[in-house]
Amino acid sequence: MGNLVYLFAAYAVFWALTFAFVLRIARRQKGLQREIESLKRTLIRKLVDS
Amino acid sequence: MNAKNHRLSDFLTWASAIAMIVALYLVFVYAPTERTMGDMQRIFYFHVSTAWVGFFAFFVTLVASIAYLWKGTRRWDIVALSSVEVGVTFMTMAIISGSIWAKVAWNVWWTWDPRLTTSTILWLIYVSYLMLRNAIDEEGRRARFAAVHGIVGFVSVPITFMAIRWWRTIHPVILESEGFSLATPMLITLLFCIATFTLLYFTLLVYRVRLEQLTDEVEQLKHKLGR
Repeated sequence: MGNLVYLFAAYAVFWALTFAFVLRIARRQKGLQREIESLKRTLIRKLVDS
Repeated sequence: MNAKNHRLSDFLTWASAIAMIVALYLVFVYAPTERTMGDMQRIFYFHVSTAWVGFFAFFVTLVASIAYLWKGTRRWDIVALSSVEVGVTFMTMAIISGSIWAKVAWNVWWTWDPRLTTSTILWLIYVSYLMLRNAIDEEGRRARFAAVHGIVGFVSVPITFMAIRWWRTIHPVILESEGFSLATPMLITLLFCIATFTLLYFTLLVYRVRLEQLTDEVEQLKHKLGR
């Protein structure tokens, strides 16, 4: 039973790092998409004003 | 993201998820229990696969870095950077899972064995690649320095792979000159896990490349707005 804790720990590390990597990408992607939309709106407003 | 890229990333995501479920079935149900180490040996399948993806990712960085220095296109720089990020993540998994295995097999969390030492150096080389990129502001210079780092740094990959053959070590050798020293069900499980992790690598690479392209898009829009 003692050894199974180590087995669980090894697989937990794998899943934790995989999810952390995916989550980091997803959060940054969401932020960048929001920024792109905002910049595009500003650019259109600027073009209309000029 | 255009429709073709969207379809590719969707396909890779679903293929990786399904392959991972099958891999887990093979590891915990299909593969027999090893006589000496018992169930603990099941760490081996993910440990070897994560190390393989680390090596493969750094090889992709080598190719992309050469292509960048040759062609000078940003696309190759993005692939090199993205591959290092995925590679470092998987090498971290390999080192941590190796350390956990060492605790059970050798009764120590860490020992300065040639394989463990060269793996740590390899990991540090690619972490320093990421640190180097953060330290340089000018885009072209950053990409050139990183490409050279990506090429020179790859020298550590064959050294790490061969460490258990060149020097005296307590780390087991799985792939020998006569082939794999494993029972057939264990070999099938290992090969399937390696294929699954390679698929997962490409999935994460596609998403990471897309992220860098979005960053470039933001910079271009800011430039247009004069910011």
